[in-house]
Amino acid sequence: MRRFVYVARAVAWRSIHNTVVNPAILVPSILFPLFFLVAFAGGLSRIADVPNFHYPPGYTAFQFVFVFLQSAAFGGVFTGFGIARDFDSGFARRLLLSAPRRSGIIAGYTVGALLRWVLTGTVVTLAALIAGMHVDGDGVQLVGLVGLGVVMNLVAALWACGVAMFLRTEQAGALIQMPVFVLLFLAPVYVPISLLAGWIHDVATLNPVTAVLEAGRGLLAGSPVKVGLAFATLAGASALLAVFARRGLASAERAG
Amino acid sequence: MAVELAAGGPGPGARSGNARVLIQQTLAVAHRSAVRTLRQRALMVFPMIFPLILFAINGSALGPATRIPGFPTHNYRDFLIAMPFVQGAMFVAITAGVDLARDIESGFLNRLALTPLRGEALLVGQLGGALVLGVVQAIVYLLVGLATGVTFASGVGGAFVLLALSILIAFAFATLGGLLALRLGTGEAVQGIFPLLFVTLFLSSSSLPRNLIKTTWFRDVATYNPVSYLLEGLRSLVITGWDGQALALGFGFSAALVVIAIALSQRSMRTRLARR
Repeated sequence: MRRFVYVARAVAWRSIHNTVVNPAILVPSILFPLFFLVAFAGGLSRIADVPNFHYPPGYTAFQFVFVFLQSAAFGGVFTGFGIARDFDSGFARRLLLSAPRRSGIIAGYTVGALLRWVLTGTVVTLAALIAGMHVDGDGVQLVGLVGLGVVMNLVAALWACGVAMFLRTEQAGALIQMPVFVLLFLAPVYVPISLLAGWIHDVATLNPVTAVLEAGRGLLAGSPVKVGLAFATLAGASALLAVFARRGLASAERAG
Repeated sequence: MAVELAAGGPGPGARSGNARVLIQQTLAVAHRSAVRTLRQRALMVFPMIFPLILFAINGSALGPATRIPGFPTHNYRDFLIAMPFVQGAMFVAITAGVDLARDIESGFLNRLALTPLRGEALLVGQLGGALVLGVVQAIVYLLVGLATGVTFASGVGGAFVLLALSILIAFAFATLGGLLALRLGTGEAVQGIFPLLFVTLFLSSSSLPRNLIKTTWFRDVATYNPVSYLLEGLRSLVITGWDGQALALGFGFSAALVVIAIALSQRSMRTRLARR
């Protein structure tokens, strides 16, 4: 166990250190969510005037929850890019040779993803509050919202870790990113699901991200809905993707 | 392709000879650029598919926006169809920029400096591949739009004008990509600029008409953002019909971008092609 923690701590420290000291990595990961917040909450605020749109804290808060959870997911995705880069540069091979407990590598990268998101999530939250976002949820409910973000970040990091370790090239970037991006945008991003019609309504109903998004919005509004379902969905995805990431690591070990 | 590299001495005949040589040189470089782009099919597919994915998702997800009082159409896809064209053009900018940057990084441009190839021919020719990509994308987006129920208020003629405008927009962004490559010199740096291009797209009238944007500062930014006029020029053909002002602004801003980017690129090209 000590060796596991030792490896995880070293990998996490390296991951977050690389992020913080490299503006080319740090700046996009902070700017992207901010930009989405501005574009959606600012540019689309008139959507709140659509008949039957009802979200008491307002459209900025409605969009904040999406951007907050999206930043959590992309914290994991960007970490996957770093893992792929480590394989391309040969660092990952040296890491596999030197790590006394290799599963600690996955844990380290996921902790790195979480620390990266702590930074981004804080910036996004401050920006939304400065923009006048109303928060109707109480302390416990807000902790619940942060909890959703943490597990969302873990799910995305495990996915990215698995893909990066299976493919071991920076060209895996699109494959890491696209499914996450598409899943997020196939949820009710701009309006509540009740206002969606046609195929997008059917897909959003089946999309597991929908429950997470609705739970997050409910928690921020102080009227929780589907919280248990959201956490159960994310927990299930985490368990499955942990196996996937472990198999990715095994594949990288076999490749040498 | 055999290319004549230098014309004769001074005089009117020599001037026409110079023009002929310039065209030949441009076509030769454009041929190389187009072949290189067509050979990298993976590079062609992603920039083409991504705007279509967003079009499919947002075309449905933002459908309720048509219920906002004053929204100009009942079909949000009619409104949104302009976006893939401009978004695709931004991908073209990156393709053009990265290709040129690769030539700078690999030393190809330095080797060309040893030949009598003119900077203008190299600059415009290098954008040949991007232009091919722009044409293919424009046709695909138009066909997808028609297949998903987009109707043209300006009729069949409007569809052709939309193609022409979208190709000009793609070329304009390609010249911008070329300028970035000449200024920055590396593909990585050019790609790093890409998010900024996207910011200009989202801070425009891409999702809602400017008069329906509620947030004042956002509406002001969208009004000063030339990308809004590119979108509105394309969109006018679908929603309004023949709107001379929207088209003039769309064509005007695209042409202005071409002229400015090429003029600035020529200055940078002189440095890059310094015959030392």
